[in-house]
Amino acid sequence: MDFNLTEDRQMLADTLNRFLAEQYAVEHRNKVAYDAPFYDPSKWDQLVELGVLFALAPEDAGGFGGTGFDISVVFEAMGRQLTPEPVLGALMASRLLVSAGEDQEALLAGATKYAVGFTEIDAPYELEYIACTASAKGEGYTLSGRKSTVYGGQIADTFLIAAKLDGKVALFEVQAADANVTGYAMMDGSGAAEVQLDDSPARLLMADAADAMEDAINAGIVALCAEAVGAMDVTHATTVDYLKQRKQFGIPIGKFQVLQHRAVDMLTEIEQARSITIKAAAELGGEDASRYASMAKNLIGRAARLIAEEAVQMHGGIAMTWEYPISHFAKRLVMLDAQLGDTDYHLGRIMAANRAA
Amino acid sequence: MDLSFSAEDIAFREEVRAYLAENLPTHISDAVRAGDELTKEVMEEWHAILNANGWLATTWPTEFGGPGWTPVQRHIFEEECCRAYAPRIVPFGLSMLGPVLQAFGSKEQQDHYLPRILDGTDWWCQGYSEPGAGSDLASLKTRAVREGDEWVINGQKTWTTLGQHADWIFCLCRTDPDAKQQSGISFILVDMQTPGIEVRPIKLIEGGHEVNEVFFTDVRVPYGNLVGEENKGWTIAKYLLTHERTGIAGVGFSMQSLEEVKALARKVQRGGRPLIEDPLFASRVAQAEIDLEAMKITNLRMLFKAQQQGAPGPETSILKIKGTVINQELKDLARRALGPAAAPFPGYVTDGNLMFGPADSANNAARYFNNRKTSIFGGSNEIQRNILTKTMLEL
Ligand SMILES: Cc1cc2nc3c(=O)[nH]c(=O)nc-3n(C[C@H](O)[C@H](O)[C@H](O)COP(=O)(O)OP(=O)(O)OC[C@H]3O[C@@H](n4cnc5c(N)ncnc54)[C@H](O)[C@@H]3O)c2cc1C
Repeated sequence: MDFNLTEDRQMLADTLNRFLAEQYAVEHRNKVAYDAPFYDPSKWDQLVELGVLFALAPEDAGGFGGTGFDISVVFEAMGRQLTPEPVLGALMASRLLVSAGEDQEALLAGATKYAVGFTEIDAPYELEYIACTASAKGEGYTLSGRKSTVYGGQIADTFLIAAKLDGKVALFEVQAADANVTGYAMMDGSGAAEVQLDDSPARLLMADAADAMEDAINAGIVALCAEAVGAMDVTHATTVDYLKQRKQFGIPIGKFQVLQHRAVDMLTEIEQARSITIKAAAELGGEDASRYASMAKNLIGRAARLIAEEAVQMHGGIAMTWEYPISHFAKRLVMLDAQLGDTDYHLGRIMAANRAA
Repeated sequence: MDLSFSAEDIAFREEVRAYLAENLPTHISDAVRAGDELTKEVMEEWHAILNANGWLATTWPTEFGGPGWTPVQRHIFEEECCRAYAPRIVPFGLSMLGPVLQAFGSKEQQDHYLPRILDGTDWWCQGYSEPGAGSDLASLKTRAVREGDEWVINGQKTWTTLGQHADWIFCLCRTDPDAKQQSGISFILVDMQTPGIEVRPIKLIEGGHEVNEVFFTDVRVPYGNLVGEENKGWTIAKYLLTHERTGIAGVGFSMQSLEEVKALARKVQRGGRPLIEDPLFASRVAQAEIDLEAMKITNLRMLFKAQQQGAPGPETSILKIKGTVINQELKDLARRALGPAAAPFPGYVTDGNLMFGPADSANNAARYFNNRKTSIFGGSNEIQRNILTKTMLEL
């Protein structure tokens, strides 16, 4: 047993943490995260050069990583700085292209930006209930329907879209130029898009893509959980610092035992969150990947809300301001619950699995 | 024990309901329902409508223009206003300064300022908190020095809610730096137009502008703007704190939120059926509803006691703690119900351009984040617990 990162991954973590700390001061982050195109294109190029995308794909697909731990290293570092770059879409697309046996050189080189369109308004988390449909047309297909809150969709060149074909969930590739894309900023910064498809030409990648999509979602969940762990670590550290500095009634507020104990409760939950994320990362790609991904997303959903709310409360008014970084960490931590299945959705999956067993 | 409202109270509720149906303009209730940031004009419009009916200063004695309602009637009125999506009345003039002037102000001050609060001539804001004085308000540093028949004020206030609209600010200032903290504070009224005042906006977590910093540099106001006695401002501040407590449980707002959550959960689809049929989400709603039902009675019990004793007691801190927690949970449920549809930043996605999910989705995440303030201001929930520890538990 060894809970240390391999030397390579530790190096990647160090490099990324250093780069992002330098390049993503919170003022800069907030500026790019809320102004179109809702990320910083020059930083994207630099991240690609540092090998972030290659770390997300396995060697036989042209990358040098692709395991759960490669993914968590990258996203934990991004979470610490609230990095708004559209890396999640790249990760999930890369997994899908691997499953489909498609070339992904352009993706890994950062030349083509991918976004993944699974979510719909009436089926935010569950692919079985999507309404977007494919029809055969000539040699190829067209898609009709609407994909919602497609993360990174505001700047994507290519969309990978889930659509119904002959009663199955199939995977298609749609060029951005063939879709009606409306981008916007998110509550927690960074961008997404509504993607409306109206007989839009599409290329079929997989006719029965349920397993491939599940794998991409599991990888995405490992990424989100690691991002949350990074963001929670920073949020907690900042809160503890503040408890030491802020004086009321003539003493640091950190001397009030009620706040001490709550800071310890936060720490306990973060350690639990870190552990379940490690477990989900370790199981990624294996038979039980979905079970542990669901456990991780559920626990992270609960922990992240607690950390966000307690950090704001224990700071007092200052953390209610846009200017103070913790407000942005709190928003990210709460809002990521609504990505790739929320706390209740994943709890329901564990419950269903237990019933079946 | 009898939980029913009296026949008079029931008739009163009917009257209020009919009045609101008749007099609350839909453009106003629509904006409140959507969770939009209300403009000054809208707030003033509603203020004037209520004033025309004599229903504005609900806590004021009749001699000053109040309607002479019992606490239970006030409670009914608040509940009905929430039900109808009327705007919250800006409290600084009506619920804070008004009662202070009635208890501590001179006859002249009462005659001058009270009618101007009612007719909307003066918009007031509250200048208590400072960067270094939040929970520990008595450590405030803003200095007022007497020079002849003037006060000269220097310092900074912060978190001043709606100060950007205000004509006047009531301030706690240090007037005797040598006295024990609580003993050297005075309550002074300041015209916001006075030279030396600068108001700077603070942007809140969700992007809204409702609070400000207010800076004072050699601000000169007449000595007569002092309320009550010099160096006795702390007594006034404490009096005001008890007054802030009526409606502190926010029961009406939570009832509103609960209805919204239920409506959303019926509209929103999850797993091929309405979200309200999902047992996990439905149990969250049911639990919040149970807590709220108990809170309604807790609130009424404390109102009843206040009516019998003449003043609310320290147990009202329970209302603040549990009332805010329930409301914050309901705001969380609305965000949760919408899932990804709550994620877009307000303003980007509107019904007009995108038809984003259930029509009322756009502001729900913003409301959840903004509402975190309620357990921080007006005495944080930790400070409320300290009060209960001392007063009720005597620990
Ligand atoms: C949106 C908003 C609007 C506001 N509007 C106004 C306004 O119009 N006018 C005005 O004057 N003020 C206003 N306030 C200020 C508000 O009253 C203060 O934020 C509040 O008093 C808390 O002070 P603080 O923010 O400095 O936090 P601090 O007092 O620094 O508290 C930080 C944390 O320490 C805790 N803490 C402090 N002391 C103790 C203790 N003894 N034991 C245990 N825990 C403790 C607090 O509960 C909190 O969790 C507003 C605040 C907000 C956020």
